[in-house]
Amino acid sequence: MSVTTAKQPNWFSRLAHPGQFLNWSRYLIWPLAILTAIAFALGLWFAFYNSPEDYQMGDMVRVMYIHVPNAWLSMLVYGVMAVAALGTLVWRHPLADVAAKAAAPLGAVFTALCLYTGALWGRPTWGTFWEWDGRMTSELVLLLIYLGIIALWRAFDDQLKAGRIIAIVTLVGALNIPIIHYSVDWWNTLHQPASVFTATGPKMPPSILTPLFVMLIAFTLLFALLQIVRMRTEILSRRAETMTRQAALQGDAK
Amino acid sequence: MSAFRALIVRDLRLAFRAGGEAMTLVLFFVMVGVIVPFAIGPDRPQLTRLAPGIVWIAAFLSMLLGLDRLFRSDDEDGSLGLLQHSVLPLEAVVAAKVIAHWLVTALPLLVATPVLALLLSMSWEQWWRTVLALAIGTPALTSFGAIGAAVTVGLRRGGLIAPVLILPLAIPVMIFGVGTMDQMAGGGATLFLIALSLVVTAFSPFAAALALRTAGE
Repeated sequence: MSVTTAKQPNWFSRLAHPGQFLNWSRYLIWPLAILTAIAFALGLWFAFYNSPEDYQMGDMVRVMYIHVPNAWLSMLVYGVMAVAALGTLVWRHPLADVAAKAAAPLGAVFTALCLYTGALWGRPTWGTFWEWDGRMTSELVLLLIYLGIIALWRAFDDQLKAGRIIAIVTLVGALNIPIIHYSVDWWNTLHQPASVFTATGPKMPPSILTPLFVMLIAFTLLFALLQIVRMRTEILSRRAETMTRQAALQGDAK
Repeated sequence: MSAFRALIVRDLRLAFRAGGEAMTLVLFFVMVGVIVPFAIGPDRPQLTRLAPGIVWIAAFLSMLLGLDRLFRSDDEDGSLGLLQHSVLPLEAVVAAKVIAHWLVTALPLLVATPVLALLLSMSWEQWWRTVLALAIGTPALTSFGAIGAAVTVGLRRGGLIAPVLILPLAIPVMIFGVGTMDQMAGGGATLFLIALSLVVTAFSPFAAALALRTAGE
């Protein structure tokens, strides 16, 4: 009888192996895709056919079912990036920088969609596409931060080094976003006294809350799905790049 | 401490004896102020009203333009690698370089504000507040800039990326800076600007040093 004294890899480090990740995430994609599709079908059916019109906004209130999930994801994705940045800097987790890289464009798209649907919603209800409201301005600044981070990812040749440096930027941004939000709020009340946004909305009835929650879940599932697919793609493309380089080296040797 | 001071003196000497970059930055700062009246018209009351914003935009742009020289030349000739192995911790090296950079790029802007005040027909009160706000706010801009410069030091095409990264992060500095200059705002904005400036100045050498170490690995 032999006793294994070698340290067994725990689930955390087993999770860390890119090859292992490719193995187990393969079985996640299709179930997730089907779940996402069901959630979207259910949510859209609720949103279009089974929810009441607003007594003021009429059908325009249905924009909310797209707008709010995008706003939620624009912040969730930055949270995911910040956690991944910690994973990169503290544990040097090999998947963390892959996750951060995969999340950045997704976050940018969700933020842009949030601003876009917000503009479509604002035009008929407030009479303007854009207002320098505190929350809208913070969202715009968030989009700029996402775009800056994406530009930084593209500027580096060495993606491993890029992961660690961009993790620092992501964390600095994460610390700064509350300050930005606060300062923008302060600035807006200074320059333009509250006019449009004074009315606090009435508590939402369940007939509106249900489709909103279903759509929130649907969009979050969509993010999870796209994130896993993008991470797999990133790992595979890094592997392909390494193989190309090795092949080129062997070609030189001959 | 003497090494710290020596490093500041070295950077100041380098800045004044070679290149004359400080003068060029001041020139740029004034030129932005000169260009704005051409864009919005020479109406004096309007210029007076817009002057705080114009001065801050000019300061913002000149600080961002000067960022690239913070670590780039030291990285290229290898002295940054030497400094990493000096008696000073890298954080202190970064702090010294930030102080020197502020003395070279921000202090001249403060000295040049009377020119802009004249051109944009500011009152004495407005000019005095401008100098105050810039004096408090520019250390924060330099410190944010240090993070941006440290992050992009290894990039060959890093020149434009650092400003794009730093600009959204520095928006609070702009907001509270203009608020400090606005007479309407009272003391709140000034206190926030001071707090922000202190926090960022204290925090940025650590972030910048971490980025420099990572880039040097």
